[in-house]
Amino acid sequence: MKVELRDPNTIMKLSRLGSFHQSKLSFLRSFLSEFKDWDYKRDLFNLDQNGYGEAVYSFKKKDRVYSLICFANEIKDEERSDRVIATKWDAAFTLHDGVPSKDDIERLKNEVPKQEVGRLSFKELTLSRANKSVRVFNHVVECLSEGKQPDLNLLSKVGYLYRTTAVYGSGKFGLADRFRIKNREEINGPFRLEMMLVYLVRQFTFDQVNHVAHYKNPKKAVKLDKQICKNLGIGNSTGLGMAPFIVNHPTLLNNWILSRETALKKIREIKIVENEDSELFKDCVKKSLKNITSWNTDSEYQQNKIKLLLKDVENFIDYIENNFNFKTEYPFNTIYMWLERNVCEECIEYIVSIMMEPYNNITEPLVSNMSSDEDKYFNIPTNRTVQELIVIIEARYSNILKINFDQKENNQNFWFISKNKEEPRLADRFEEHGSELEQPLAIARDIKKLYEKLLLEKNNSTIAKFLSLNSELRHVVRRAFIIEKFPYSEIQDNTISKSIVPIDMLRLKLSFFGALKFDPRSDKWLRICMFQGAPLPNELRNYDEQWVYKTSN
Amino acid sequence: MRSLSEIETAVKRASRAVGFSWGNSEEVGKSIRLLELFGLQGIKNLNQYYADKQKKQFEDLNLISEKNEPSSEAYCPIILGISFLDQIKSLENFEIIRFEKIAYPVIFLSFLSRASEISGKKIYAKFDKNEILLNLNLNICSSFFNQEFPKLVDKVEIKFLNNQDNFTEIEWNSLYKLAENTFVEESESLKQGAAGAGLTDND
Repeated sequence: MKVELRDPNTIMKLSRLGSFHQSKLSFLRSFLSEFKDWDYKRDLFNLDQNGYGEAVYSFKKKDRVYSLICFANEIKDEERSDRVIATKWDAAFTLHDGVPSKDDIERLKNEVPKQEVGRLSFKELTLSRANKSVRVFNHVVECLSEGKQPDLNLLSKVGYLYRTTAVYGSGKFGLADRFRIKNREEINGPFRLEMMLVYLVRQFTFDQVNHVAHYKNPKKAVKLDKQICKNLGIGNSTGLGMAPFIVNHPTLLNNWILSRETALKKIREIKIVENEDSELFKDCVKKSLKNITSWNTDSEYQQNKIKLLLKDVENFIDYIENNFNFKTEYPFNTIYMWLERNVCEECIEYIVSIMMEPYNNITEPLVSNMSSDEDKYFNIPTNRTVQELIVIIEARYSNILKINFDQKENNQNFWFISKNKEEPRLADRFEEHGSELEQPLAIARDIKKLYEKLLLEKNNSTIAKFLSLNSELRHVVRRAFIIEKFPYSEIQDNTISKSIVPIDMLRLKLSFFGALKFDPRSDKWLRICMFQGAPLPNELRNYDEQWVYKTSN
Repeated sequence: MRSLSEIETAVKRASRAVGFSWGNSEEVGKSIRLLELFGLQGIKNLNQYYADKQKKQFEDLNLISEKNEPSSEAYCPIILGISFLDQIKSLENFEIIRFEKIAYPVIFLSFLSRASEISGKKIYAKFDKNEILLNLNLNICSSFFNQEFPKLVDKVEIKFLNNQDNFTEIEWNSLYKLAENTFVEESESLKQGAAGAGLTDND
């Protein structure tokens, strides 16, 4: 049986993209898989009794070494902010390419804590900072120093000791450009070094909390239980800075989604499912309920989604336990068709993710297809004709062409870069100033403009001629030729409408990172948790691949 | 040191700010990144060009022909470069393409380099008396190393070079003869068992 890939017109709608969940294809899971046989080491741990100072952690294999350099600093409570306008953080980090010399550490000590206003070099690969969850951190220190383990209920509510507020890579602030390292086999997957940084930061938070507790009460203090450590991740606060990324990297977006869609298609095409595989799938679905019930958020929007998800997953479990037989042919296809008919978008994508769990043979080859050599697709084939471009647009943007941008609500917002922090923002064009400096992120509107202009041209006229008179549409001409080859490269929705929920864009990206427990704090930023339940670095050589579904928080 | 990613982003935004469309600004970002990667003074020249652009009305050439002469001010290297990229298929048919007066020609050079890759042919360019070889966007050979690029070039000639060896058959044969010294003479019995042995030509 041949199953078609799902229609981009359905999958690339924002509401659907905003319902995606982590899976085996997620970057943090593929990072762990890639680095599981590397040598992990804590090379330096030079903190004072309050936990301030430097530490270095590394992964090494043969001649290659990646070193996380941590700088923990004292800041006042009133200086602690997760917002991008902050200038001080509890800790700052960089991932260094190789073994850092003393000079490197001294140089970085001056630059890394300054983050966006510091300067890094090509020897540094990623940069980040994080703030303590003060309530949890202090509680853990108190308990450990008294010889007790912390209150699991409190830990469960938060899920981490530290929250990062940005992770930078790919040439930002002088960091190494991607082209310098792209041929390294071990990082042949998107955001792999960003994932490494976050993973090692998580270990630093455990070491720091143990260290502070020990110095607080050297005679009585105990270490944080390893199982508790495993059930803690690293938090992250994310705002609109992430949203334009998925618009600005169309072939990369395509490769992420296409990998997911290809995995689903192949799983649906499995004629006979082995008992072992169906049992693993069912086990993951059932155990994942804990992830839903421990998913805390104050957001009413998300609470409703979680409620519906929980109801639908329970309904699905009832279906596979009582009304479904895995011995039938193409069972996952039957399951998928059932999901389409019976559950919400959030639940469809949740179960699709879990379907991948038994199938390393399907997911592993796809992981290496999730990067993109974007420059290869930058040039516009200007010898092609207006007629050809019209055909592409009608085929690939059919829903977009139905939007009437003369209606105020369809043209309500604009994206801009804020002057003070150089970060993307979204504003109402009828209430705020600055729409003349709009960023090229209103793709739907501009594609429609392009289409209307093309209809006025001669069909056999070349794109070169069209562009010589319509340079203002060049950015979308480029995109239309990209989507011809990359069907999942474009969000099939209006990113400037009144009803846009920007966190849907963030959630799409974060789900591919492997984030859990999306906690929207408004429609423009959210908190998440990464690596919660993941093996600790010294357990990597032999870990349970389904750790995501086995956390006790 | 600024990373190429920072350079591309800043150039794109600056180009938009001086009035180019977003799509054209993306092209400028890629081109200046390339110049800097090749060690040419992209940022410096672009800065000066954008400063000059406020005072002078450089001419846009949207349709390139065999001979191109601006009516007053020099050609804008950006619009000229983008037009060159866009019209590459028709331009390849000309033996020599001539331009008079191009402002900040190093900026135009970056587009020529990209054009060389797109067309799959090396491009020879002569800027007044200086000769430049654009080698499939892999490198740029010029006599401008450690030299300032002029702000204006009066006469430019562009030629697409046919894909051909730049050595003689005699030079090749001489080298190949040396390479043959690594080969071993095969015995008769080995020849009999080699691939294809024992088959007739009519198989």
